Amino acid sequence: MALEIKPLEQFEVERIIPLHIGGFDVSFTNSALFMAIAVVVIVLLTVVATRREALVPGRLQSLAELSYEFVADMVDTNAGHGAEPYFPFVFTLFMFILACNLLGLVPYSFTVTSHIIVTFALAMLVFVGVTIIGIVKHGVHFLRLFVPSGVPAILLLLLVPIELLSYFIRPFTLSIRLFANMLAGHTMLGIFGGFAAGVGLFALFPVAINIALVGLELLVAALQAYVFAILACLYLRDALHLH
Amino acid sequence: MDLASAKMIGAGLACIALVGAGVGIGNVFSSLIAAVARNPAAQPQVQPFAFLGFALAEATGLFGLAVAFLILFVF
Repeated sequence: MALEIKPLEQFEVERIIPLHIGGFDVSFTNSALFMAIAVVVIVLLTVVATRREALVPGRLQSLAELSYEFVADMVDTNAGHGAEPYFPFVFTLFMFILACNLLGLVPYSFTVTSHIIVTFALAMLVFVGVTIIGIVKHGVHFLRLFVPSGVPAILLLLLVPIELLSYFIRPFTLSIRLFANMLAGHTMLGIFGGFAAGVGLFALFPVAINIALVGLELLVAALQAYVFAILACLYLRDALHLH
Repeated sequence: MDLASAKMIGAGLACIALVGAGVGIGNVFSSLIAAVARNPAAQPQVQPFAFLGFALAEATGLFGLAVAFLILFVF
């Protein structure tokens, strides 16, 4: 290839403040920096923007109210009755993933959610938390989640392993979905950006495609945060109500 | 066959996964249009599910695209 295209360069984790404690590398990296920025943005939006509590909300306050109502509605309709105590968790999850995805679209920034370890940690948090809630709430009856009702006994031999597999595969599908979307989208932007190098005036075409792709990526960033949160709600409903 | 050409062929084959994503996304939105055309009042109820289905269908195709990128740029 004549042109030097490095679309995966943007995903490199760099140490900003090297730090080693007891054999562990706990350096402050650009990944940690952008997670911190995401948290600061969310805190600014939810705490500072609503401090004045105007009856007629301004732009920032109505944005905070909109996101609150959006997630509250999502938990209410999808997680079912009795899921209100878990609303703060779903709201935090949604806002954190949304902020990370959107911050990643800023040029020269770093996309935290394009790393499988970050999304896998989030998905495992949901999976382990939901399983613990189910066991605490239902005890041994929680195992009924894996036994579909109204099925002949002979079919259960087939269905129970499938239900078990589909339950334990959840953290993997949940994390790979978010990670693959972010990785593929940003790599695509990088590739089309690379096409613009060294072709003179023809660079207009890849740049035009990139502008359209950024629009698509904005949609994907919001949609994937929504999908992650709504699936967390659906898993929560399974644990709370057992089908 | 040398490794470089095998990589190119492999990446092209991995992109076949996008066929399924295209069929899936088209199916989701055609069903949405058909449903809303029959009962426009149902739009607020069915639209979130359509977008959920869109995201899920798109993600499966992107798994293939991610594999293609990994073949081309990582190995």
